[in-house]
Amino acid sequence: MTYTFTETQMAEFNRLVARYPEGKQKSALLPALHLAQDSFEGWLPTELMDYIASLLKIEPIEVYEVASFYSMFNLKPVGKFIFEVCQTGPCMISGSDDIIAYIQQKLDIKPGETTKDGVFTLKLVECLGACGYAPMMQVGNIYKEHLTKEKVDSIIAEYRAAATK
Amino acid sequence: MGVKLLLDKANVPGIRSYEVYRREGGYRSVEKALKEMNPESIVEEVKKSGLRGRGGAGFPTGMKWSFIAKPEGVPRHLVCNADESEPGTFKDRYLMEFLPHLLLEGLIVSSFALGSNDTYIYIRGEYAWITDILEEAINEAKANGWLGKNILGTGFDCNIHVQRGAGAYICGEETALIESLEGKRGNPRIKPPFPAIQGLWQRPTVVNNVETLAAIVPVINLGGDEYAKIGVGRSTGTKLISACGNINKPGVYEIDMTISVEEFIYSDEYCGGIKGGKQLKACIPGGSSVPILPANLLLKTAKGETRYMNYESLSDGGFATGSMLGSGGFIVLDEDQCIVKNTLTLARFYRHESCGQCSPCREGTGWMEKILHKIEHGKGTIADIDLLWDIQRKIEGNTICPLGDAAAWPVAAAIRHFRDEFEWHINNPVLSQTSNFGLQHYADPIHVPA
Repeated sequence: MTYTFTETQMAEFNRLVARYPEGKQKSALLPALHLAQDSFEGWLPTELMDYIASLLKIEPIEVYEVASFYSMFNLKPVGKFIFEVCQTGPCMISGSDDIIAYIQQKLDIKPGETTKDGVFTLKLVECLGACGYAPMMQVGNIYKEHLTKEKVDSIIAEYRAAATK
Repeated sequence: MGVKLLLDKANVPGIRSYEVYRREGGYRSVEKALKEMNPESIVEEVKKSGLRGRGGAGFPTGMKWSFIAKPEGVPRHLVCNADESEPGTFKDRYLMEFLPHLLLEGLIVSSFALGSNDTYIYIRGEYAWITDILEEAINEAKANGWLGKNILGTGFDCNIHVQRGAGAYICGEETALIESLEGKRGNPRIKPPFPAIQGLWQRPTVVNNVETLAAIVPVINLGGDEYAKIGVGRSTGTKLISACGNINKPGVYEIDMTISVEEFIYSDEYCGGIKGGKQLKACIPGGSSVPILPANLLLKTAKGETRYMNYESLSDGGFATGSMLGSGGFIVLDEDQCIVKNTLTLARFYRHESCGQCSPCREGTGWMEKILHKIEHGKGTIADIDLLWDIQRKIEGNTICPLGDAAAWPVAAAIRHFRDEFEWHINNPVLSQTSNFGLQHYADPIHVPA
């Protein structure tokens, strides 16, 4: 499969590159990968990384080594929505274990897995800087904080509804 | 109520917008700095203020600024470190989310002082909505003449760009951050050369934390001497503390570093006491990397003196009996918390976040996690405690960047102060799976030698 940015996406790409001096366009790699991941299927297939490499005029390996370093870049297909639940110290002492177990039970998947209908992926992540509002998870660009079982129920319902739209 | 220099306007409705921020006296420090001062005199004021880096290391900001090299014809850069990722720390998020213009104001003054025409904010990738808030604020500032070309007719040009990271704690380390800003893996660089000589794109660069740069605003408005009068000793000005864990009122508080730890935890103005009327067992006072202290050593030093919320008092006694103010990530643990499990989650965090460059950190963090996992799940031996101690000692000081130390210290402190809890876990492999060691003697008054 080949990938091409739409006109709007390309305008955003050019805006990102313009923030850096002439010849330093590689600096735009992280923002460009965010844009690429968000613009297509929520993950970074090799062909998409190659496309970004060609746009930034760098070697594909320079993209692969960066994409595999940062935890926000997905190198495998993911569900439509990713529940990224924090499990680090402050969330743990505020009850994240129970929330993680509850989500697993509700979605019938283990961390790292995607539901059969392709709607949800569950990921356990390390500290997201919401320790005072723990337990918490991130769904896309949104933080869901002060989680309780009831709140998890309504979040699942909310995104299930959004998935069918 | 203590003095507030950063969050004093945080509750003004609409303060996020330029219009309200300006009406409340915002951007005065830019006028003062650009019209009445020069780069050298600004650096002097910052030196006089005694301001210390608020990201965790506490290095004097004015001194850091004075190191920047000024080779002819080479651009210099200021980079704002907004990669807040230290567990327990969420103060910069609060500041950027509610007072984006305060950060921009500090950035413009600091860029002028350092001669940076292109200044970058490197923000952790997960703070996507804050990136939008900052970009909106930058557009407002630009539209009102505070950014762009020839600011206030002084001939000074400055643009601020926001770049999102993509999930890597290590990028909070300044040279890893620079690598990441150059579009590479976040592998810290060997120093020297320091960023002040060769930083972003090999150009002279200063990297400062969000809160440090925001604090430049009151430093300029008040003047360095007046700023230095707030606080105590070498802990000048105010500090943002993000309080979390088992307390009644988690959140971000601005303190003037003269209040006691006890007041901070129990006063209704701050944490409001331990949740559910429980007992305080332990606390990590400055972000997950700093040593955990049992309740008795947290509230009083080993000499029996009251402990205060500032750099010197929290580190009184060194690592033997003290800790650090660090980033201000204040994590409170109540009597029901298990120190072994808490240490395990932190060890897992550091294993996950090690960049893998240095063997002691790459291998050691994995070992520590595995051994703690064994102990937590009732499969440990007493010899494992000594092995853990040995591993953390072999990591500390043997890596390119401080992540190695940051991974070693929490394990060391947990064993130092809570060894009997580790032993209890090992000696009670079945019981420890269903119950906790509890408070035990950790809040008992410490015997002070006469």
